[in-house]
Amino acid sequence: MDISVAAVSRLLARARALENENPLVRDRILAKRRIALLFYESSTRTRTSFELASKALGADTTLISSLSSSIEKGESLKDTGLTLRALGAEAIILRHSSSGAAWLLEESTRLPVVNAGDGMHEHPTQALLDLKTILTHLRPDAGEVNAETLAGVTVTIVGDILHSRVARSNMLLLPRLGARVMLCGPKELLPEMAAQAGPGIVIERDFEAAMRQSQAIMMLRIQAERLAGLQLDLDEYKASYQLTGQRLAALAPTAVVLHPGPIIRGLEITAGVADGIQSAILEQVTNGVAVRMAVMERALVPDKQGDRP
Amino acid sequence: MTALAAALILRGGHLLDPAAGVDAPKDILLKDGRVAEIASPGKLKHAEGAEVLDATGLAIAPGLIDIHVHLREPGQGYKETIASGTAAAAAGGFTAVAAMPNTIPVNDSPEITRWMQSPERGASVRVFPIGAATRGSKGEVLNDYAALKSAGAVAVTDDGHPILKDSVMREVLAAAARVGLGVIQHAEDTRMTQGASMNLGPVSFKLGLRGMPPEAETSLVERDIRLVTELRDLRTHLHVAHTSTAGAVDAVRQARRNGLRVTCEVAPHHFLLTEEHVGFYNTHAKMNPPLRSAADRDAMIEALLDGVVDAIATDHAPHATHEKEVEFEHAPNGIIGLETALGLTLRWLHKEWKMPLGRVLSLLSAQPAALFGFKGRGTLAVGSYADVVVFDPKAEWTYRVTESRSKAKNTPFDGWQMMGKIRWTISEGRVVYTNAI
Repeated sequence: MDISVAAVSRLLARARALENENPLVRDRILAKRRIALLFYESSTRTRTSFELASKALGADTTLISSLSSSIEKGESLKDTGLTLRALGAEAIILRHSSSGAAWLLEESTRLPVVNAGDGMHEHPTQALLDLKTILTHLRPDAGEVNAETLAGVTVTIVGDILHSRVARSNMLLLPRLGARVMLCGPKELLPEMAAQAGPGIVIERDFEAAMRQSQAIMMLRIQAERLAGLQLDLDEYKASYQLTGQRLAALAPTAVVLHPGPIIRGLEITAGVADGIQSAILEQVTNGVAVRMAVMERALVPDKQGDRP
Repeated sequence: MTALAAALILRGGHLLDPAAGVDAPKDILLKDGRVAEIASPGKLKHAEGAEVLDATGLAIAPGLIDIHVHLREPGQGYKETIASGTAAAAAGGFTAVAAMPNTIPVNDSPEITRWMQSPERGASVRVFPIGAATRGSKGEVLNDYAALKSAGAVAVTDDGHPILKDSVMREVLAAAARVGLGVIQHAEDTRMTQGASMNLGPVSFKLGLRGMPPEAETSLVERDIRLVTELRDLRTHLHVAHTSTAGAVDAVRQARRNGLRVTCEVAPHHFLLTEEHVGFYNTHAKMNPPLRSAADRDAMIEALLDGVVDAIATDHAPHATHEKEVEFEHAPNGIIGLETALGLTLRWLHKEWKMPLGRVLSLLSAQPAALFGFKGRGTLAVGSYADVVVFDPKAEWTYRVTESRSKAKNTPFDGWQMMGKIRWTISEGRVVYTNAI
């Protein structure tokens, strides 16, 4: 999340403007611009969201996924990127299983590369849409945001922090707006060194103690695909960290509940909470389209948001 | 490269030969590949007919010796060849290198060991092959160490494939001791480093990369020392390659106090760089062992200064450019190091951390020569091999990897300031590198 608070503020303002814009006006912004979605990992929300956002601004999109392309034949990320550029791509949206892949692709192609999730590293647009969702609930009247907008707010991120790029992007972004990020989870999924990732990050292993202090609670899925042999006792995990209706009512009755998805009902979160009145999970998905419209506009028409390329 | 001159005189220089205890202006006569005569300036008795190299104002030292390089032949000539790797060695002042056996196929036989030393390889400097400890470096069946030794192998190791099984390592140590060879271990408990690509710590967490805990190195060094202790009566020699953790050098220090023959080397990148140099997924800062914490880096400097470290070795590990232009976790480990070792060591260990010049040179020549018994090398005493480096110890210069003799360009030191500019490198009487200063 290498982005200034001022740039975040402009992005959020553009996201609000774009979601309310007349679709026939909006689709001239990136009319016929070519955007490639390069996905090395499966995705429902992020891919569709980026695609709809790009198309809403009038861009032509094309999807390349690792299973139906020359990537299967061993083509490197660099060569795939150069090929897409030669085909006329003006920006690439990348989802990749290796940390740092977005940076590598940008270095190789010199195109704007939008990181749609790289390994265990970051998922910046997810953090932006989480921020938009949190603001809607906790700071509905905030216009421009600044370093104090979320002062006094504690956002607790719960679960598999170690393998989560969503957690990393959020723990770097939210403190810049004044929030305290509280990380909660067992040692295997949350190493002590996580607190050193940046300012404004604390660790609280007791989920109930964390809940009592939280205005927003972000639940994470256990990333079975990244556990690399790590054995977890799921019953024990649920007993300690599952977000249940009972816990929510007793400890954080007004907190907003977030989850980047996909959710595993009955594991980290009960169905009742996921569908309940405090849940903002589907709002997050909706906000994703707005935020990604603003991000794609910034990538391809930087002047529009006061950012020079 | 010039042909073998019948005789060569180095005139007007200052001889630094720590092993012989010489630190004085001397003229030197090299003849038939050996040091023939050393005399005070202008006093050589047998100077007639010899070609003269004017070394006025320059230091003359025993050629440097690197006991840990990867020359990639046989099998991976696209990364480096014995010819290109030893050309880089010559440019770095090295006159002998010990080549690791992780070639394709693995050097686990006398045939490959001989092949690597054959004149057809076009080596600029002496190559000492290190044999694989086990067949195919698979950690199971021991090779024939007597046969490897008679073919020219100077030590055994499974380098990148550390021997984890106690029973196998015990056998390796014992069998090597019986034929008088040392055992080099790349100390890494690979059960603790699966999928990891840098040091475990706050930096790896932030970058979302799996980390190698320092304990993976330290614990294996401790295990090996325990085995050496059990085999004390056999006088085994354990050499720990590229130590990078404070715990590992502490274990070596303790073993030495207990009278064991346990030695170790440190690579320049481990006493100069830390995990912070990975920066934003810089694959030129990816090696194994990885760049560690600042505390570990400081422990390497301390161990060099207090004498626990026996040698500076580069772990020269060439890779093709395209192999490093990939996702960090998929990039191969290693950096080249032959042309930067002297310059970095003088600039930092000598100038910054005040290690006397003689000790620096000893860590780069006399001591590594002694570790594996390179007779007649690491010194310029009369009768020794005419392996010489002549350099200006005060000259500072900037390293440009584009000018490297190595086929590979994977280094984190491009653009770094170096100290000590090499004028000539002489290998067994032949001038193998010349540079105008």
